[in-house]
Amino acid sequence: MRQFAGFGSARDTNLRFRYLLAQGQTGLSVAFDLPTLMGYDSDDPLAEGEVGKCGVAISSLADMEALFDGIPLANVTTSMTINSPAAIIWAMYLAVAERQGADWKTISGTLQNDILKEYIAQKEYIYPPEPSLRLVVDTFEFGARHTPRFNTISISGYHIREAGSTAIQELAFTLRDGIEYVERGLRRGLKVDEFAPRLSFFFNAHNDFFEEIAKYRAARRLWNSIMRERFGARDARSCALRFHAQTAGCSLTAQQPYNNVVRTALQALAAVLGGAQSLHTNSLDEAWSLPTEFAATLALRTQQIIAHETGVTGTADPLGGSYFLETLTNQIEAGARDYIRKIDQMGGMVAAIERGYPQREIGEASYRYQLEVDRKEKIVVGVNDYVSNEKPIDILQIGDSVGAQQAERLRALRAARSNDEVARRLATLRTAARGDENLMPHIYEAVKAYATVGEICAALREVFGSYQETAIT
Amino acid sequence: MLESEASDEVSAYTMPITPSAAPSKTKTIRVLIAKPGLDGHDRGAKIIARALRDAGMEVIYTGLRQTPEMIASAAEQEDVDVIGLSILSGAHNTLCPRLLDLLRQKEMSDVLVLVGGIIPEADIPALKKAGIAEVFLPGASTQDIVKFVQQHAGARA
Repeated sequence: MRQFAGFGSARDTNLRFRYLLAQGQTGLSVAFDLPTLMGYDSDDPLAEGEVGKCGVAISSLADMEALFDGIPLANVTTSMTINSPAAIIWAMYLAVAERQGADWKTISGTLQNDILKEYIAQKEYIYPPEPSLRLVVDTFEFGARHTPRFNTISISGYHIREAGSTAIQELAFTLRDGIEYVERGLRRGLKVDEFAPRLSFFFNAHNDFFEEIAKYRAARRLWNSIMRERFGARDARSCALRFHAQTAGCSLTAQQPYNNVVRTALQALAAVLGGAQSLHTNSLDEAWSLPTEFAATLALRTQQIIAHETGVTGTADPLGGSYFLETLTNQIEAGARDYIRKIDQMGGMVAAIERGYPQREIGEASYRYQLEVDRKEKIVVGVNDYVSNEKPIDILQIGDSVGAQQAERLRALRAARSNDEVARRLATLRTAARGDENLMPHIYEAVKAYATVGEICAALREVFGSYQETAIT
Repeated sequence: MLESEASDEVSAYTMPITPSAAPSKTKTIRVLIAKPGLDGHDRGAKIIARALRDAGMEVIYTGLRQTPEMIASAAEQEDVDVIGLSILSGAHNTLCPRLLDLLRQKEMSDVLVLVGGIIPEADIPALKKAGIAEVFLPGASTQDIVKFVQQHAGARA
């Protein structure tokens, strides 16, 4: 049970984390705000109005220390939803762990760090694909050496599905991304069984109950065959697909929001029956805003009821052998294989992204779905049928004061740290970025000198350039 | 149930470049669809762009991460009748008033400005007071949005 949380300042989120842990949650999951995700400090002009809105604002190691204040990293596992600046945020996490005296060999958690799906779906990219992939492989390599229990990537279909893909597209593009990462790791000189066991996955849990269960089953089967046949993996852990699931945010409705509790419970049940290792259940008010404490607690209780009252967790793959599920699993696997073959023919995922292929396929699917809803060929209860008026619900309001507070914290930080050392560390990082050595140690040193996310990303942007997509509508 | 098969790249996508419905008696409505702020969730913006285009309007999509300044100047250059903003990040209270100010400075207050996205109900009155013509929430149908634009952009178009 791992509920995604983050809003406002590091201190605000620290309190929510402590609350969730006290309510019986077993792992932490950090949501970062958009400026952090895009590599800007809270006081950057481009961050105005966005600080602390969609997640917690983290600009420097000082914020990270506040985020995990009083939470021993040796005893919790932490998932961090961060992509373009993943190496920087991870370096900050490792620095906090070191300061707390937690052993890097035993700390555990997951970095999302899946840059390919950013170009495909979520669009939070900074640099072009090649240098971005280099940073990802740098974390694989660093993790293989120093943090054997940390998942350095969570290869994510979730956002692909939220962008409007079908179940087959979600599965196919995600596993093809996985293939790309394995190929890059091998090209770096890593051995497949050295890093593949640390690859984890993240899928959506959408409305179509059996289709979702079949999707997870097909995912495990396909990945096992890819790892064995395509990459010659020997270690069973390299071939096993472990995944986190999150219920579908895009299925939540602003209308009749209490219906979302029911939707989420059914989606969560599909994820559990499909064998998810870890789960996030969305809150009923998320078509309006980030969740209130009440809504977030109810979402956690939904998981606890499934785990402790329904008995469904006692059996692995309980629907295996059902004629319907087996057929559906075969169909989804075949559909995904088709897509994977096509992308192979294009020369891999980076080439496919540059041609706009997955982006177009998803855009088509999402438009088709919207037309079906508009024509009432698909019923969305409370939206295009069974409509009724209801009282507005209470929602979480996040003030605009976080931006000003963060700007003040950053001003104080820049006055207190050694700016000479920061400049030196950033210069070394830039030089290293121009060569081909692993950048993690340099990023780690910069972070420890309290260089900010914005400063480090700007240094790398100077060397790597920025990515601009060609918008397809 | 199984909705998709891998389609061939060439046949996968046909973008209507010219409006698919003939304009009635007046000039075609021109719309700028824009994604202000840092958010990259563009599913809604793309669907709306396509639905308005399919309804016969001329639609320009700005792409991601546009500042209000960039949007206002694109609207001016493209001489649009309507601006549709897609905001899911919670930054609407900062971004919308700034764009409306810029439009006023450019004497473009007659441009119809619409917002769609994750907008708390409590924020809607202030947005409308600032000059946003309508706010469309999750679940709004593309038909309703098309109808609203046709009815309200008619005066200018």
